[in-house]
Amino acid sequence: MTDNIYMPYLMRIEKITFEAPGVKTFMLKFVSEHDQNKFTFKAGQFGEYSVYGVGESTFCIASSPTRKGYIECTFRQTGKVTNALSNCEEGNIIGFRGPYGNTFPIDNWKGKSLLFIAGGIALPPMRCVIWNALDQRDNFKDVTIIYGARSVKDLVYKHELEDWRRRKDVKLITTVDPGGESPDWKGEIGFVPTIVEKIAPSSANTIAIVCGPPVMIKYTFPVLAKLGFADKNIFTTLENRMKCGFGKCGRCNVGKVYVCKDGPVFTLAQLKELPDEY
Amino acid sequence: MNIDKHIVRNDSLEKLFDILKQNSKTIYAPASKNGKVSFKEAESFSEIATGYIQTTQSSKEVAFPRTEKLLDYSKSREEISVKGIEINNVPEIILWGVRPCDTMGIGELSAIFNWDYKDEIYNNRLSHVTVLGFSCSKADEYCFCTSAGGNPGNTAGSDILFTRLGENGNYLAEVLTDKGSAIVSLATGLFEGAENIEKDKFLADVPVRFNQEEIRNKLEKFFESEQWVEQSLKCLGCGACAYVCPTCACFDIQDEAHGKAGSRFRCWDSCGFSLFTLHTSGHNPREVQSQRWRQRIMHKFSYMPERLNVYGCTGCGRCSRACPADMNILEHLISIQEVTV
Repeated sequence: MTDNIYMPYLMRIEKITFEAPGVKTFMLKFVSEHDQNKFTFKAGQFGEYSVYGVGESTFCIASSPTRKGYIECTFRQTGKVTNALSNCEEGNIIGFRGPYGNTFPIDNWKGKSLLFIAGGIALPPMRCVIWNALDQRDNFKDVTIIYGARSVKDLVYKHELEDWRRRKDVKLITTVDPGGESPDWKGEIGFVPTIVEKIAPSSANTIAIVCGPPVMIKYTFPVLAKLGFADKNIFTTLENRMKCGFGKCGRCNVGKVYVCKDGPVFTLAQLKELPDEY
Repeated sequence: MNIDKHIVRNDSLEKLFDILKQNSKTIYAPASKNGKVSFKEAESFSEIATGYIQTTQSSKEVAFPRTEKLLDYSKSREEISVKGIEINNVPEIILWGVRPCDTMGIGELSAIFNWDYKDEIYNNRLSHVTVLGFSCSKADEYCFCTSAGGNPGNTAGSDILFTRLGENGNYLAEVLTDKGSAIVSLATGLFEGAENIEKDKFLADVPVRFNQEEIRNKLEKFFESEQWVEQSLKCLGCGACAYVCPTCACFDIQDEAHGKAGSRFRCWDSCGFSLFTLHTSGHNPREVQSQRWRQRIMHKFSYMPERLNVYGCTGCGRCSRACPADMNILEHLISIQEVTV
């Protein structure tokens, strides 16, 4: 079986969490204990999750490698496969191939401050590295998380946000787009790039990790540049249409790079060298 | 392994074919049908086409089939059972009559399927194929193997390469691998001694039309060029070029369900198709055909050599012959070479 690189692991859906309208998180356990014990991954990597008979879909592994015994993925219901996944129930079996891709070089960040900036459904790829960092909190100086969504109900990982807010060693700022606030909303109101500019986090000895919809990213990078962040200290993840996940089917090829092999984690410096085809 | 040279007489070739069939070998050879020549299973020597320049399709199907099952599954109320295909369950095939541009393409295709992750489905199929290459004594205006790092008598990728020594002449047989030796051992009487034979003078004359290294260097600065739009105005995005190409490997993975059971398979795809890079959100990184045409050329002549140390083209010219809109890759490469950047 190991010869066939297209064969998925069988995973049982242990728990389904409704995060936001159309957005769910699956907690998955390997059906085979042998697979469970052998499996390792690093923050930033992704997998191909499938419903047999419908197809495969690409999501990051949204849990941290420091938490053993399960993996998690978070997805929005948008197409054929995600619709089929959305119809699954706890106890159902799905397929998972992975881990693929490169990783956040978290070991290189030890001793530095971390600034996480995320928007909407892009918190999942960051959640793995946020957990990974918080699970070894002493290795980092300041940890700041700026997270925004279109409206209050679109914020994902609402439970985690509460956990992070309560922690004294994490500075969490949440925001919603103007018009997206609820009557009892206590967070910021404004687009994420605007809030980053307002908070003006220090760039001194700090690594910035940014994930979000293209428009958010486009307006956040200049703000970070103004705050003094060097391109090589800004990390992001790219998404592209993928199928095989390991550099053969050709779909995710951008310039000389394959998002599935050389990414999905890239620095802004690397991103600027890529042609605008992603 | 040293190259072992033999002479195979003009009339021994048919005898070789017959001996292989007597040994229960499956032979795929070019056969003519409705004006097209393609690789088909041949039962008799007379089925093998002659007098053609190149087959319509490449022979990559023997190692990389058009559709290939990856796994089967079946669901019941409580559980699901998934079974991968039996990788080792593939037939032994002799590929007879492959041109050197195609045999060279085998190495290029293998580079993709073994880049870090080894695709054993492909590797296993290939290991069951014996390649009997045949040098070219004729070429047409679409051929450009000599510009793509090859030549009409190139041994790369063949287990035995046959070169006809003149029209109606005997054949020089260069036995290149253990698989080739195994063929010889089935018909030793037919492989006679060879003195020093100069095969070059019997090969087709394929003038060099462009310099591959120069093109590669030029492409580094060529991404924003207007030439891509000009070159691809005619392109329909039909994907024929990718389907006939010996080195194109892009594929799709799809599931097929029949009630409670079904399978997952991969099938040929093309970067020239408009939906190839389409995201579910509706965003398409390559929205217009000029971007997709650019990707084809850049991938073959710039990205592949950079990442895999092989070019993605063997100069077989099939894409130009097959194109319904008369796109000609040789002309486009020459015009890239001629542009001052």
